[in-house]
Amino acid sequence: MIPTQRTAARSLGRIRVQAATQAPFVVHAPKTPTGRTGQARTLASTWSIPSEAICPAHPVALSSHRGLATAAPRDPSSFTRKPLFDKILIANRGEIACRVIRTAKKLGIKTVAVYSDADAQSLHVLEADEAYCIGPAPSAESYLRMDKIVEVCHKSSAQAVHPGYGFLSENAKFAERLAEQGIVFIGPPSSAIISMGSKSESKNIMSAAGVPCVPGYHGNNQDPQFLFSEAEKIGYPVLIKAIHGGGGKGMRAVSTPSEFMDSLESAKRESLKAFGDENVLIEKYIERPRHVEVQVFADTLGGVVSLWERDCSVQRRNQKIIEEAPAPGLSPELRADLSEKAVAAARAVNYVGAGTVEFIFDNDTRRFYFMEMNTRLQVEHPVTEMITGLDLVEWQFEIAAGNPLPLTQSSIPLVGHAFEARIYAENPRNNFLPDSGRLLYLSTPTPTHPSRRIPDTSTTITPSLRLEQGFTEGAQIGMFYDPMIAKLVVHGRDRTEALRMLRRGLEEYKVVGVSTNVEFLRALAGNDAFVEGDVETGFIKKYHSELFPPISDPSPELFAQAALYIALRDQPIASTLQSPWTSLGARRFGGDVYERTISLSKDESSAAHINIKLKHTTPGHFDILVDGSSPTTFKSVSARLTSPTTLAAFSTNATIVSQPPPPAMSASTSPNAMERLHLFTADGTKTTLVLLPPPWLLSLGGDVMASHKGALRAPMPSLVVEVRVSPGQRVDEGQAVVVLESMKTETVLRAPVAGVVKGVGCVKGEMVEEGRELVDIEEVVEGQ
Amino acid sequence: MLQTALSRSTRRFYHASVLPSLVSTASPEFRQKAESMDALVSDLKAKIAQAKEGGGTKAQERMRSKGKKLPRERLSLLLDPNTPFLELSQLAALDVYPGENIPGAGIITGIGRVAGKECVVVVNDATVKGGSYYPLTVKKHLRAQEIAREHGLPCIYVVESGGAALPHQANVFPDKDHFGRIFYNMAQMSALGIPQIALVHGISVAGGAYVPAMADENIIVREQGRIFLAGPPLVKAATGEEVNEEVLGGGMMHSSESGVTDHLARDDDHAIAIARDIVGGLGIASGQAVGPFVPPEDPLYPASDLHGIVGTDLRQPFDMRDIIARVVDGSRFREFKKEYGPTIVTGFAHIHGHGVGIVANNGILFSPSALKATHFIQLCSQRRIPLLFLVNVTGYMVGSKAEKGGIAKDGAKMVRAVACADVPKLTVVVGGSFGAGNYGMSGRAYSPRFMWMWPNAKVSVMGSGQLSQVMSTVSKDPNQHSSLKADIEAQSTALYSTARLWDDGIIQPTETRDIVGLALALAARRRSDASMPGLGGSPTWDGSGRGFGVFRM
Repeated sequence: MIPTQRTAARSLGRIRVQAATQAPFVVHAPKTPTGRTGQARTLASTWSIPSEAICPAHPVALSSHRGLATAAPRDPSSFTRKPLFDKILIANRGEIACRVIRTAKKLGIKTVAVYSDADAQSLHVLEADEAYCIGPAPSAESYLRMDKIVEVCHKSSAQAVHPGYGFLSENAKFAERLAEQGIVFIGPPSSAIISMGSKSESKNIMSAAGVPCVPGYHGNNQDPQFLFSEAEKIGYPVLIKAIHGGGGKGMRAVSTPSEFMDSLESAKRESLKAFGDENVLIEKYIERPRHVEVQVFADTLGGVVSLWERDCSVQRRNQKIIEEAPAPGLSPELRADLSEKAVAAARAVNYVGAGTVEFIFDNDTRRFYFMEMNTRLQVEHPVTEMITGLDLVEWQFEIAAGNPLPLTQSSIPLVGHAFEARIYAENPRNNFLPDSGRLLYLSTPTPTHPSRRIPDTSTTITPSLRLEQGFTEGAQIGMFYDPMIAKLVVHGRDRTEALRMLRRGLEEYKVVGVSTNVEFLRALAGNDAFVEGDVETGFIKKYHSELFPPISDPSPELFAQAALYIALRDQPIASTLQSPWTSLGARRFGGDVYERTISLSKDESSAAHINIKLKHTTPGHFDILVDGSSPTTFKSVSARLTSPTTLAAFSTNATIVSQPPPPAMSASTSPNAMERLHLFTADGTKTTLVLLPPPWLLSLGGDVMASHKGALRAPMPSLVVEVRVSPGQRVDEGQAVVVLESMKTETVLRAPVAGVVKGVGCVKGEMVEEGRELVDIEEVVEGQ
Repeated sequence: MLQTALSRSTRRFYHASVLPSLVSTASPEFRQKAESMDALVSDLKAKIAQAKEGGGTKAQERMRSKGKKLPRERLSLLLDPNTPFLELSQLAALDVYPGENIPGAGIITGIGRVAGKECVVVVNDATVKGGSYYPLTVKKHLRAQEIAREHGLPCIYVVESGGAALPHQANVFPDKDHFGRIFYNMAQMSALGIPQIALVHGISVAGGAYVPAMADENIIVREQGRIFLAGPPLVKAATGEEVNEEVLGGGMMHSSESGVTDHLARDDDHAIAIARDIVGGLGIASGQAVGPFVPPEDPLYPASDLHGIVGTDLRQPFDMRDIIARVVDGSRFREFKKEYGPTIVTGFAHIHGHGVGIVANNGILFSPSALKATHFIQLCSQRRIPLLFLVNVTGYMVGSKAEKGGIAKDGAKMVRAVACADVPKLTVVVGGSFGAGNYGMSGRAYSPRFMWMWPNAKVSVMGSGQLSQVMSTVSKDPNQHSSLKADIEAQSTALYSTARLWDDGIIQPTETRDIVGLALALAARRRSDASMPGLGGSPTWDGSGRGFGVFRM
């Protein structure tokens, strides 16, 4: 639920009061707990005053907005509201599908989900009223199949399609195709998508509409002298960029005129080599850029409003990971200017619906330039929802139904500060490389997001936390689709409070099964420069050493916690009527107590294992000796499991999740074949320790492996890209037999022995689990 | 901790059956008694700790160097983590064999939980004389089997033994309760449906070879366990065949060729893991725990008071109710016939949630005391309530008045009732156990399921003081008197008794409640052999239709 101030009021009262206001919706405050009937008031009065009062860092000069309040004058009495749809289809998956379904449910709109084979058990499928499978896992065969989606629309009588983000959300053809079929596309008209889809066209339109663009030369004249003069015109520093460039190739930043010619030459040379084309463009080079974007909404009647800006500067691999609203450090004038330009941009393309106008903001000159416009609801829309108290999906529905914008510019609130952190299955320390796997364990902070409550006074906003997720424990992440697991959204009275909420939320977000960026985000949210609001797109590079402190060895306390966890979980289960054989756990009579030694390793080599000796002194109390390089003793530690994954010891609660090896996997010292213990300490830091298998188990496992020498098994959950052999085929030792893809990396499995293929246990395009036998080769010894 | 929380929530408020505590813990007498008992207890702990070291560090290192686990390590791995182990006769053979130190009689026995099921575990301690069987080793082994048979508990034998200690063969081999009885018991328990499981961790030769061979299911450790009737030297002497141990009786041979063993393990750990799996799969064949039917409660008064209440001087009287108040649940004791025959205390209580009828001494047994006890034992027998005897008895009253009153007749009634009571009996000697009082209070001869001694306890035909007086009337030689008095005094101590297995061990007074609770839980089990015909019938086997048990094929 994202109940907002406004919608909540409507669902409670659904009373419309005629008032002297332009806003078509007027809320009637419900009865307060004291029994007093709340006064009817406009949202403008609810939000605008406090936003100045409680957010002194970002005061909203409302008066300056009135000038840009461009909503077409409307007379509520003459306008008849059009009904919203009865049923919509959501052409997406994951958290955004769930997000759209939630608002639809709130409004009584029925929902239709579509899904691929891989998503049959997904949350969005379970939450929708109807769900249709539209093809196999790869998105080109499912979520991108327009024909299938149209077919499902007809089959289910859905009147409109919400495309979410990604997939078909910015596909003009899709919008056209739906229109042909009489289905409403909840998004902008295809003309706007097309205009904004082309970088050069959009820039021309924007320049014409008075929206500032990055100064530069994009023309065909490649004469070095001419380019030099253009650079002079733009003003140094400038950037020379290959027209067909990408990934930094054929790109040169030039800070003085004397370097220009040399840099131009080398850029052209590199470009020719890399792309077969030496044409370049010249742009103003911004040394400390920020990514600031404005959320706009436009209706079919010509009304356009800005829902204020977001700052998404901190990025990795050119993708956002943390977003906030409002952007830190903007003056009210600058904010008003940004909004005005964004609204002008939307107008210039006759925009309809939710859109985002992205700007490059020069931190040094405080100037901003149009970058591009995203013609969809963005991933980071929740931060705007938090500070405005509005439901943007609901606005999309209203506008798609042909209704006017629910609020005028002057009545759009800006309260407090919000952050969104995107939780990805990725490995930040390995250049943020995406990871994939199953969510074996998932524990999330409890959302506090309010509440169907309207504050008595508009100044009462409490810090809140909201979670947008599309997956539950057990879901497969990142194999076919985007590896984003969830979004953590927080709202506080100011930036400091919001960051505090964010850190706390991240500490409580625990995932086992894939590596995540949670710890990185936690470090980011606590980084001094970030807390200061000193953001820029090169933030991660600039503060790399602070954001990635060296990994320290697990503390003796951590080893002790892991050992306690093992000791306690192995205890007999206590029942209400306990036999002394259960309750007298620690007793070894004659002055002795139960003792146990547990061997744990911090990595997968048995050589580095550490012995932890536990002595169960009295019920619930242990003496512990961690026999590491410098032995550490803990005396009479009180410990108990308060849940199967929560260890209460050392005055703190630690979450410990055991990941047993797959049952069908023979014991070996390979990391997948050992029990792993994932420990989350109170600050959210995750450490993985390995419980070493006993020697006899390894010995047995070794025998199994030896007798199955020809069997090739999947080393990790992966996608079968290619099967190069068929049963009966002769293979040589080392010959490639299967190609797998996992973690965006291809792995070639080679025949371990020379022989004949006895069987093939997988097919191309199939997802295989860890340990699955892929190919069985019968060894043929020379001369036989 | 959970236990405490539970009892707190269910603790009842004042009730007439709650025993008051009138003990003054600040009095000098109390402190003095406590000190002397403390000294005995710490001596006991030290002796037990020493016995647990087995054959000492050298022998232990020798075992370790062969990649073997020590006997107690095997035991610890076999038992469920964090479950109690009720060890038996830890001080067996203490100072018994002149010039030889045989800690724990070279064998570890007890009852512990394996895969959630209570089992009798018998572990040869190969650090002590190679695990060979001394007379008391045999006795301790047989006693463990007796307990298993009486309770229907599966038996796990962790074998590493060279068989009978040859110098002692006369006291090990030929008699009824000697070596052969071990296998007799295994066969009969198997026939009764009590599972017999053996693990062979080391040499298991001659008589020892029959333990795995007689077991229902067994495990041998590869290149470590060896089973043969005669070792290589004897084989060479007998037939001239030269053969090494592994070929003659190694795990691989027995598992793949002879079929003497069923499972081949890689190492000690693996063998134990297999044994735990076997027990885990026994199902109802392992019997089932039953109850407790009421929530357990801690006593109201601390067990540590027991030291100061009893002390070590048996002539100092104490009220047995003060002991009971520190042993039973909620210190609640529903006393029976309180005013009649007050030198014996009888009544009903719970220990760790299990109901129990308690018979305890508060002085010399007079006729009314004997009659009251007889009545009470019949009550418990009729109601199927197990009996707990808390013993501190100097005997039945003597003198013409008592004889005229028919004390012999009334004492006999009590002895008969105890002998034939149709419920499990447990005996804890907390003070003296003298004369016929020993019989009436369920001494060893009356087959209590378990019998324990406190460190201060004494057992003899009469008190040493009385005895020497008796002697002086019979004989005139004062030298003989004093030496006899010293002998009898030495022979009546708890340590002397426990070394000879006249009991199942010396326990600390503070452990009494927990140990009795464990035993009551064992007594309450539903036996695996409950449906077996002939149970509790004739101790002879002929013609009872009980079959043979499991033959090894």
